[in-house]
Amino acid sequence: MAKGVKPRVRVPKKAAAGEIITIKTLISHTMESGQRKDADGNIIPRSIINRFTCDFNGQNVIDVTIEPAVSTNPFFEFEAKVPESGEFKFTWYDDDGSVYETSKPITVG
Amino acid sequence: MTLTRRKVLALGAGGLALAGLGLPAWAAETTEEAIASFTGGAEMGEGLLTLTTPEIAENGNTVPVEVSAEGAASIMLLATGNPLPNVATFNFGPLAGARHGSTRIRLAGTQEVMAIARMEDGTFQKASATVKVTIGGCGG
Repeated sequence: MAKGVKPRVRVPKKAAAGEIITIKTLISHTMESGQRKDADGNIIPRSIINRFTCDFNGQNVIDVTIEPAVSTNPFFEFEAKVPESGEFKFTWYDDDGSVYETSKPITVG
Repeated sequence: MTLTRRKVLALGAGGLALAGLGLPAWAAETTEEAIASFTGGAEMGEGLLTLTTPEIAENGNTVPVEVSAEGAASIMLLATGNPLPNVATFNFGPLAGARHGSTRIRLAGTQEVMAIARMEDGTFQKASATVKVTIGGCGG
């Protein structure tokens, strides 16, 4: 597992039923591209987050395939529809097999 | 050296190919392959997909880009001048509020950034923008 991986997510606490909200996510990760070389000229092996998904109450909102060209600390902003109260679940998949998860509740009312 | 008709034609064709693509020759093939694997060689329309990039990026390590296309099922981002042209693919689920996504990407140098959207009706849309990069973002 890469060190110091910390997901940060911004979701509004409340929404009206059917409202479209903006979600911002950031996860601290070096996203080593596999293109760089160290001081001795050896290629530093690739180590990135290769997939990010967001689901709401089990239904998919967005699924992003990520390549090494995405910056360090990958940031994503997107919109989601909120039909009812529930929980957003965010998942990041690392090249090394680790999975980072976080979730945020939202209340409709 | 005498300029034969054949040589003149060859030079002209080479020059046109370079000017038309605006890409370094080594990147052209892989970018085309990436597009082909996404679209399956289908024709791409223009106009429905919006790609927002800065005109000048001081730092190629983190360039904000935004894509949006009403009615898109998924949108692929390509950096045509990077060692690996694939950047990211947004696949929208049933609860996506808008067919819109934004992220930050690495660009190796001044180049054309391209977005291709697969619409829900199975057609494809493309958009591209040139970004001037002051400091490249791929190390080395």
